[in-house]
Amino acid sequence: MIDLIISKYNYWIYIVLMMIGFYAMIGKKNLVKKIIGINIFQTAIILFFVSTASKRGGTLPIIEHAHGHGAHAIEAASYINPLPHVLMLTAIVVMVSTLGVALAIMILIYRRYNTLEENEILEQRKWSSNPPF
Amino acid sequence: MVQQSPVLVVVIPLIFAFLIFIFGWWRRGICYPITLTAISLSFLASLLTLNTVITTGTIHYRLGSWEPPWGIEYVVDHLNAFVLVIVSLVSLIAAISSKKSVEKELNEKTVFFYSIFLLQVTGFLGIVITGDMFNLYVFLEIASLAGYALIAIGEDGAPFASFNYLIFGTIGACFYLLGVGYLYITTGSLNMADLSQILPNLYHSKVVLVAFAFFLVGVSLKMALFPLHVWLPDAYTYAPSPVSSLLAPLMTKVGAYIMIRIMFFVFKPYFSIELIPATTILVWMAGGAILFGAIWALAQTDLKRMLAYILVSEVGYITLGIGLANKNGLTGAILHILNDSFMMLALFLVVGAIMYRTGKREITGLRYIHRKMPFTMAVFVVAALSVIGIPPTCGFFSKWYLILGAIDANYWVPAGILLLSSLLNVIIFFRVIENAYLEPDEGHTGGTSETHIAIEEAPLSMLIPILIAGAGIMLFGVLSGKIVSTIIQFAIPSFV
Repeated sequence: MIDLIISKYNYWIYIVLMMIGFYAMIGKKNLVKKIIGINIFQTAIILFFVSTASKRGGTLPIIEHAHGHGAHAIEAASYINPLPHVLMLTAIVVMVSTLGVALAIMILIYRRYNTLEENEILEQRKWSSNPPF
Repeated sequence: MVQQSPVLVVVIPLIFAFLIFIFGWWRRGICYPITLTAISLSFLASLLTLNTVITTGTIHYRLGSWEPPWGIEYVVDHLNAFVLVIVSLVSLIAAISSKKSVEKELNEKTVFFYSIFLLQVTGFLGIVITGDMFNLYVFLEIASLAGYALIAIGEDGAPFASFNYLIFGTIGACFYLLGVGYLYITTGSLNMADLSQILPNLYHSKVVLVAFAFFLVGVSLKMALFPLHVWLPDAYTYAPSPVSSLLAPLMTKVGAYIMIRIMFFVFKPYFSIELIPATTILVWMAGGAILFGAIWALAQTDLKRMLAYILVSEVGYITLGIGLANKNGLTGAILHILNDSFMMLALFLVVGAIMYRTGKREITGLRYIHRKMPFTMAVFVVAALSVIGIPPTCGFFSKWYLILGAIDANYWVPAGILLLSSLLNVIIFFRVIENAYLEPDEGHTGGTSETHIAIEEAPLSMLIPILIAGAGIMLFGVLSGKIVSTIIQFAIPSFV
């Protein structure tokens, strides 16, 4: 068990980070903390994707003019898979825009209610007449 | 031109979204015609695509001529092409009707509104057309982010509702992305057709099972399936009316499309039906959605919020069809994607028109509305009959297929729930129709109030889309046999 944890430690860190982010999104009452939760969750996903790509002693997937170039970069077993990195570049763009939209909405909420605590907002909105179910 | 039609469907609204941003600064009035042009062109391209699919079969469009497993590929088969036409037609009608209420509610923000509106449409069309798992994620997020922004510009409670939607939506998208990652590490591919060939050897792998679970939960969050629907009523109630008439018909249907695509095309039906009991779970969740959506709709006093809960119940219908996973069930589900888009479009357009004219949306505030807005209310009644499931309207036919499917699969309780929900819908809509049509008994002095109520219909730019939607409901009902025989029977996966 210990071996499993040590040899795959990056995946364990990914799971722990994801759970922290998930808890913050669901459990925290402050809207800023929720947004930080979103970010932790998404960063954990980046860690996961990049972990799946990496290899111990792997080289760059560039055939010429690169560090450690040559025959190494042709065998799939000896270079780091570039595709998850590319996917994560796109995912980072999505995450930044999510953050931007979330912050903009939060400014609207703050202007309207003068607070960012969820329970205080709900109190002002008289939630009881509209059950959240 | 015909060869390029699949990519034009997506690219035209995308480019025009940025053109609006540039030209809108010059003259604000130009935004509306540009939007209509863009969506009409996109609609034409999707009709062309559907025609090509019907005559020659599945289209494979390679972006940049990269070979499929490496490059991104657009695959259009009967299912895609059908949903593409629905999405572009519904967004065209919603766009036409947006003119007056945007001028009234969002005058300062017209440029941004139409720009984001087109991005939203781009997102929906991209989700439907793509044949690549990661590309689907990107389009899903384009559609969702545009949706958060559009909802947040609504009335008082809108920003908070939109924030809640953002939290749920982001969880859903992240789960979907994790599912894509898990499939990628087991198969090394992101192409849907490629995945469906590689995956059968790996069906017993735990990683594939986890990926499937992530997909199912993520997509259910996006399409607001019953226990995960909590974001929907608030978001669609507080959204501005042109936005809710675009989002309410389409977001959930596009989610249902993703679910069908993943369960029966990426994974083979054998996996989703026999290997793990995914379809059984879906049937019971759908039963819950139908029942609780209808019951909560019954408890509402606000017309728009009531429609939002009916939408939750309608999502249940489609999911039930997917869960039944036999020929009749899936026919019903795919037909209901069309029918429900038009029913919801008509209902939300009517509510938008009523709010535009009277500013009211309490059910009890609808007195004498049938004298004021006779055509609008007539379409409301047609749409209500369709939700209930009265024969000449389209809602009857999809419900008929669903009940046949439930009986074929020996699911008697869900079949009962379907019938019960029709009864509940009768009560829900009769409450509205009673308030709108039947006049209060004012004793012998009655009749005095009748004289000073003149016809004050919605403006033409709102009335015409409402009438088109109402006519669509009748038309698709009459033509449903033809739709099933030319398109839907080829859209069903081949296992049945």
